[in-house]
Amino acid sequence: MANIKSVSKKTKAQAMGMHTEVLTGRTQQKFFNPDEAENFYYFGTHDVDFNKRTDLDVKDMTAAEANKEIDNLMGQGYGTIVIKNPQGKHSLGVGILNKLNLIFEGSLGYFGMGSCDGPIVRINGRVGWSCAENLMAGKVVIEKNAGSCFGAAIRGGDLICKGSVGARTGIDMKGGTIIIGGDAGAFTGFMMQRGRIIILGDVGINLGDSMYDGTIFVGGEIGSYGSDAVDAELTKSDQDWLKRKLKVAEIGENFDVSKMKKIVAGKKLWNYDNLEPTEKKGAI
Amino acid sequence: MCGIAGLIHRGKSSKVGHELQGMLQALKHRGEDSTGYALYGDTDGKNFIMRFKVGENVGEGSTSVAEDVSVYDERKKIVDSYLNEMGAKIIKEERILPYSLRYEIEYNKKDLLEFSQKIESIPGVEILSMGKSLEVIKDLGNAKMVCDRYNLDKLVGTHAIGHARMATESGVDIKSAHPFWGYPFSDVSVVHNGQLTNYWNNRRALENKGMRFMSECDSELIAVYLAEKMRDGASLEEGMKESLTGLDGVFTYFVATKDSLGMAKDTMAAKPLVLYESDDLVAMGSEEIAIRSILPQEIDTYDPFDGEVKVWQI
Repeated sequence: MANIKSVSKKTKAQAMGMHTEVLTGRTQQKFFNPDEAENFYYFGTHDVDFNKRTDLDVKDMTAAEANKEIDNLMGQGYGTIVIKNPQGKHSLGVGILNKLNLIFEGSLGYFGMGSCDGPIVRINGRVGWSCAENLMAGKVVIEKNAGSCFGAAIRGGDLICKGSVGARTGIDMKGGTIIIGGDAGAFTGFMMQRGRIIILGDVGINLGDSMYDGTIFVGGEIGSYGSDAVDAELTKSDQDWLKRKLKVAEIGENFDVSKMKKIVAGKKLWNYDNLEPTEKKGAI
Repeated sequence: MCGIAGLIHRGKSSKVGHELQGMLQALKHRGEDSTGYALYGDTDGKNFIMRFKVGENVGEGSTSVAEDVSVYDERKKIVDSYLNEMGAKIIKEERILPYSLRYEIEYNKKDLLEFSQKIESIPGVEILSMGKSLEVIKDLGNAKMVCDRYNLDKLVGTHAIGHARMATESGVDIKSAHPFWGYPFSDVSVVHNGQLTNYWNNRRALENKGMRFMSECDSELIAVYLAEKMRDGASLEEGMKESLTGLDGVFTYFVATKDSLGMAKDTMAAKPLVLYESDDLVAMGSEEIAIRSILPQEIDTYDPFDGEVKVWQI
């Protein structure tokens, strides 16, 4: 077995900025300190110019080829890339860790825009299952409908669908905001841990099932509540935030947010624990 | 994982064999152990078309045991004699492959149960479909291979459903391949993506009511379940709605009849489906790329919600 405590390995990891201390609990927040953010770049990312624009026709490309070409274009400094003819291909635009303006002229298949951190994306079509899974930061706007598992496990950023979405939207999400202009399917917010979901239309059965934390706002009818999902008071502060967010999202600007329902976790689940182990010691 | 696709033209006919081949080939990464087509062709509606097999494809990763072609010949002879006994007249006969045949037959009785039981009493013989428009063609391999083998490209009709199979719970053979005929109902076929967890309970109950199963593939249960509901007087749509609670597990399935096409999605919405609907065409599949194979231009599609049942007429 390799000696993971060897000085050389430890030094290499630290040199790459992966960690400078034992990563437990919320100490990870140190890496998202805004004072440091300007100097923070992922390995292999590019310095791009938003005014430098190009088109990329992916009609005859595989997803891997298309993604590689997007990376090549970013390497050449292109900060605005328009993707033509995506034609429902899977896994397009994944793993972009740059600031980038990305526009898709058409629809995406499964896992589009997965594991991204930073890009501003507009999809002038529909997306399949698991769009923007694990999004860390940035903004993804879908002009039409979306499939199931929309925004699964996102940690940050804004994910906006102007149409309707399938089941399990925001499953396991840990941060960020998901905004739906139309209806949402069953198990929306299933096991969500943090973040916010806004649905202007109706939502299916088992809303917020087993949610640990976070907030869901619903403008229409609710099929049924999931386990441990409960109503909460919609405050003035909530309404102000909703108005701001909907305006930024270019969706439902005139929507009457005062009539929205607010759903949170009842925190009665046997395994619910809001504290990381290190914090629990302090609390005791 | 499996992939399913279906389309229905409303008010016109088209090369549905070619279109479905494109849709299923686009889904081949979801499974290419076997591929099946249920095609509803343009016919004069006078005679029955019976697609049946007298053996299995033993190549291409098959789990079946090889048999001599002479065994197939013997079975075919018995089928012919039984048809003669039952007063069914063979109008046209095609032996597409040594084990796969297509008969056009004149048969005037409405009840196909006795007919089917008689034919399938011959060991190794299975009716894949029986109908005045429906033809079920299924074999091992991907959509293109099956389409080429059976020359389906030119078949003109109104609607079709199909299945690209990754075998998980039963053998790699034709009898476990989809679509399943809604035995013994003329022109009913089913394809399914998912797993049914109360298969054996339902199967035992349905067998006690006299229904027939040909495979141990859980998907066959849907065809038999719907056939039993229709036998008891339910409409197709009513039977499909009942299936949402009667069948346990995760599923999206399509069912087609002579003049309609329907879809049902379980209450967990655990299996994918993308749908395109316009005045003259409905196309749906497990993934958007299936629809894009026939409609490359930008279109509006959506995912049906949990527990949704829809039926369209031609």
